[in-house]
Amino acid sequence: MNSLDFSIVLQAWPYLWSGLLFSLALTAAAFVIGMSLGTCFALVQHFELPVIGRVVRGYIALIRSIPLILVLFWFFFLVPIVLGHLGGSGRPIPIGATWTAFITFGLFEAAYYSEIIRVGLRAVNRGQFEACQALALSTFDTYRCVILPQVLRVASPIILSQTIILFQDTSLVYVLSLTDLLGAASKLAQLNGRLVEMYLVVAVVYLGISSAASQCVASLRKRYAIAGTHR
Amino acid sequence: MFGVLFEQAADGQRYIDWLLSGLGWTLALAFFGWWIAFAVGLVVGIGRTVQNGMIAALARLYVEIFRNIPVLVQMFLWYFVLPELLPNALGNAIKQMSPPWGSFFPALVCLGLYTAARIAEQVRAGIEALPKGQTEAAHALGLTGYMTYRYVIVPQALRLIVPSLTSEVMGIYKNTSVALTIGLMELTAQARQISEATFQTFTAFGAATLIYLGLALIAYQSMVLIDRAVRIPGTTPAKDAIEPRLADDVQPVGSLPEAMEVVK
Repeated sequence: MNSLDFSIVLQAWPYLWSGLLFSLALTAAAFVIGMSLGTCFALVQHFELPVIGRVVRGYIALIRSIPLILVLFWFFFLVPIVLGHLGGSGRPIPIGATWTAFITFGLFEAAYYSEIIRVGLRAVNRGQFEACQALALSTFDTYRCVILPQVLRVASPIILSQTIILFQDTSLVYVLSLTDLLGAASKLAQLNGRLVEMYLVVAVVYLGISSAASQCVASLRKRYAIAGTHR
Repeated sequence: MFGVLFEQAADGQRYIDWLLSGLGWTLALAFFGWWIAFAVGLVVGIGRTVQNGMIAALARLYVEIFRNIPVLVQMFLWYFVLPELLPNALGNAIKQMSPPWGSFFPALVCLGLYTAARIAEQVRAGIEALPKGQTEAAHALGLTGYMTYRYVIVPQALRLIVPSLTSEVMGIYKNTSVALTIGLMELTAQARQISEATFQTFTAFGAATLIYLGLALIAYQSMVLIDRAVRIPGTTPAKDAIEPRLADDVQPVGSLPEAMEVVK
């Protein structure tokens, strides 16, 4: 057993820090894209729109049954081609790994968030819809002001736990050779050969952030339960 | 479209043989990993519910650690870090394992123990969902603590959580793809290799995607069958319960409290 030397980590900290910032930025972007798109997906299914509802359903089933790494590979290959067609030139437009990561995580997480919201929508009491009709609210207002706020509130603990999983999953951008927290550590480890210290520190950082976040979710769950619905 | 899969690769095999060997590794990893995860998860899950504070704290620590470190980082810890931390002779022996096994065993341990933490939470949720009267009745009959768990609590809890275990089954076979980062040539890795060798990216990834879809379907269907066979009459069927666990937050009749998340 070689002696451990964590001073190396102190020198490497600025680089690791920038990696961590990338991980967090990716998490935030994927959360925003995923939640907005996921809500749309959930609504499309909820309204049982003829064709598009089926397409969305199929997309979600597909995304949920294949591994994230394969999805990353797919998008890395597909997105430039699709963009090329959209741009009209027909030639693939290379967009680089960073953009691929942002797009993939957004679209991938949308499938998971949409499932959460869809189940939440189903769980809303029928009386809420009927009350909205009685008040002559338009469909848009019904969802915007009455239904969705309740769904988001009730589902928020699950949405947040999913976001913690998302944060952990951003480490998979390693396969695209991006410099997230893990990517930064692994690049440094290859340079200075201190694999053990680097990976241990990364593990501790992830552990600290994720478990702190889980604690917050647990206390939120207690505080923000809608009165009367809590078990 | 899939014609290229039947062409000969540089090593004399056909590309489809590459895919199938990848599928073999994926299945082996998921299958054996599942049993490790189930065994460890059951023990830890029970540990979280016992009276003994020491054991409960240890079980909780296990779950916190294994759930809050990304599976990829855990993979690296088992593969790169563990052999360095062990005594030299043992570490070297691990490093010198012949190629597929040198990555397979770390991946197996990693996936097994990672999934175990998730299963432990399900087991705990199942046990806590049982009415208190079950334990009390067992005590009244003079059963010891061990017998109460063995004959009364655990059998019922396991029957309750079959639906939520489905998502763990689907989680572990998808997580096998993470093993490609430590050099195991499982399904996704083989698909990438084929795409690099033939430039038929669409075909290669398409074939892998179809196989994963098939696996998902098989896993899902068999869990529905198992659930139908062992479900406690009157509880929610698996089909409805596999979805993210909102039910118990919203409906008064939900059967299991918290700890249910979507797995990818």
